Amino acid sequence: MHFAFTDEQAMIAETAKTFFAENATSERTRAAMADTGVDKLLWQAFTGELGLAGVAIPEALGGVGLGMVELAIFAEEAGRHTAALPLLASLGLAAPAILAGGTDEQKARLLPRLASGDLVASFAAVNMGGTPGATISDGTLTGAALLVPHGASADLFVVATDNGVAIVERGALGLGITPLTSMDQTRPYARLDFGGVAVETLADPRAAVHAALTTGWLAIAADALGGAQACLDRTVAYTQERIQFGRSIGSFQAVKHRLADMMVAIEQARSAVYWAACAIDEASDEASFAVHAAKAFACDTYSHCAGEMIQLHGGIGFTWEHDAHLYFKRARSNASLLGTPDWHREQVAGLAGLDKAA
Amino acid sequence: MKLGFSPEEEVFRAEAASWLKAELEGAFADVRGLTSLTEMPERRRDWERRLGEAGWSCVGWPKAYGGRDATLAQQVIFAEEYARAGAPPRLNHIGIELAGPTILAFGSEEQKTRFLPKIAKGEEIWCQGYSEPGAGSDLANVRTKAWREGDEWVIEGQKIWTSLAQFSDWIFVIARTEAGSKGPKGLSFLLVPVDQSGVTVRPIHQITGEAEFNETFFDDARTAAESILGEPGDGWKVAMGLLGFERGVSTLAQQMGFRNELDAVIAAARANGEAKNPLIRQRIAKAEIGLKLMRYGALRMLTDAEDGKLNPSALTYKIQWATWRRDLGELAMDVLGQAGETVAGHEYAFPALPNLFLYSRADTIYGGTNEIQRNIIAERALGLPREPRGDLK
Repeated sequence: MHFAFTDEQAMIAETAKTFFAENATSERTRAAMADTGVDKLLWQAFTGELGLAGVAIPEALGGVGLGMVELAIFAEEAGRHTAALPLLASLGLAAPAILAGGTDEQKARLLPRLASGDLVASFAAVNMGGTPGATISDGTLTGAALLVPHGASADLFVVATDNGVAIVERGALGLGITPLTSMDQTRPYARLDFGGVAVETLADPRAAVHAALTTGWLAIAADALGGAQACLDRTVAYTQERIQFGRSIGSFQAVKHRLADMMVAIEQARSAVYWAACAIDEASDEASFAVHAAKAFACDTYSHCAGEMIQLHGGIGFTWEHDAHLYFKRARSNASLLGTPDWHREQVAGLAGLDKAA
Repeated sequence: MKLGFSPEEEVFRAEAASWLKAELEGAFADVRGLTSLTEMPERRRDWERRLGEAGWSCVGWPKAYGGRDATLAQQVIFAEEYARAGAPPRLNHIGIELAGPTILAFGSEEQKTRFLPKIAKGEEIWCQGYSEPGAGSDLANVRTKAWREGDEWVIEGQKIWTSLAQFSDWIFVIARTEAGSKGPKGLSFLLVPVDQSGVTVRPIHQITGEAEFNETFFDDARTAAESILGEPGDGWKVAMGLLGFERGVSTLAQQMGFRNELDAVIAAARANGEAKNPLIRQRIAKAEIGLKLMRYGALRMLTDAEDGKLNPSALTYKIQWATWRRDLGELAMDVLGQAGETVAGHEYAFPALPNLFLYSRADTIYGGTNEIQRNIIAERALGLPREPRGDLK
């Protein structure tokens, strides 16, 4: 038991921190928001020069061969800067689905290209979130996926239906992609319509969906942690600069106490995210509980902190020019995506034994 | 980053578990499962002594002072097994968690040799003399005075909220030893025997109907000249150092108590059907998550401490657990409904869950109120400006 980063993990965290601070600037993120929601230079640098995109993909398949703790570190740092990257869609959802559920041939064909960033994938669980759904029959996919993250810029889609997990290539005959104007422009959604698209399927759909959701929930929670921490750090800095009534507003207890409450929540979110990451890596009995807990707690924390960021900045925090809305919107998107905090808590309630006979 | 334990550590776990099981199913079966701190005090003293004899009392302390030199992982394991075995809360928890570590950090070799083995062996029970009627949140506003007379300190004044003083052999007292000094200057940290004519302990009846806390009066109380930690005037430094020890491995044992309380709430909810109420389910899930996050937060702090790093998140722990427990008390009453508001018989003594609802109102006050905790977090961890001092008397 040693619940702190190893020296190697601390180095990775430092590298990730520096990389995103230097590259995922507000200016570049805003340019991506006005475009497809992907900062292409950032994605190239992250997957190419940094070479750490395949952090949780085995080395034999072109990855780095590390685990969930390292993936969480990258997601946290990307979240800290609301980086406009398909990190969640491609590496947090699609890659683990293929890794866990694909045949050896599928893994060998697809994962090295996902790790290198040449190929960007996304993931849709069509039976979640009240969509009309989609079904596979005789090797063709029919139906729709309504809200696919970074769907308009992905090259490949992993589509989980009730009767199998399909792999759909962009450009496949019968696939319609409609970009959706999305509140969070750093991770815009697209609608996919499948008009009898010829697809290949993954060998083990259950394993694929389980891995995608588990990794995806963790990646969202880690993104939320980084975002919440940025909301606190930036708001602490602002309240020390902003003078009213002849004193910095950060000297008022009404403000200090709210910032303290943000830190109390964020430190718990940090415990939750890295507990969940470790529990998955160590195949602990608690893994399922931990990842639901992390997704619920970290997303609630982010929503709270982003709201406080706007409030404590006052009017400037309500402007498009200030970054507060980037956090506020990403927090909202994180909370909704792949199960709300309430839904995840309901899973925890079941795991806590509330349904056992009295 | 690693959460699991090594095979050697699992051997240690088995050893601890089997010893605890034998004792708590044998000679100490009568104290097994007790949750209150004050029930059966004489048997609780016996239990402290038994732990001490067998070397299971202060496992993290150096062997030279009655400990076991246990590693952090072993201490964590022992705390887990202690709770799993249904062992009762430690009557001497202030000695073990506060007085002992403070003496270890600030005491002379003579003081360590004199006091620590007696704590580890369960022979001397301790309590804490910090707060006063005029020094609550503003702890430095201490008025209890002490001065030297020959080879003794003489102490005059009053402490309040001295829990367990009625069972204690020793009390540590912050007293003003420099006449005319103000605030944190001129204070000293004195170790004072309770059993003397100059010390009077009076129970305070609290909202639960129990009397766990006391007022302690010092009227010509005496202690030996050498019973001071640090130099005269160092009292504030020693007292603040002690606050750092309030968040050690003992927090894990405390969390095991919380686990039992949450289990009782869940059992009540299953029994009366509230476990099907979606709103109650959400709140129980929140409590479950909060409890786990306390555990993993504590493991983060403890790991960092073992690596010699002070994790600023340690400053958030008090408000976290106190607020969690207060919320649990409210949840317990919402689960129980009106049935929780009455008790059979004429005595004003409620069962565990309604009592938790009342008692947990103290948690967000003692040891630094939630409001003081927020000031501490804002000022020390976030670097925001300090609160200005007023000048009213």
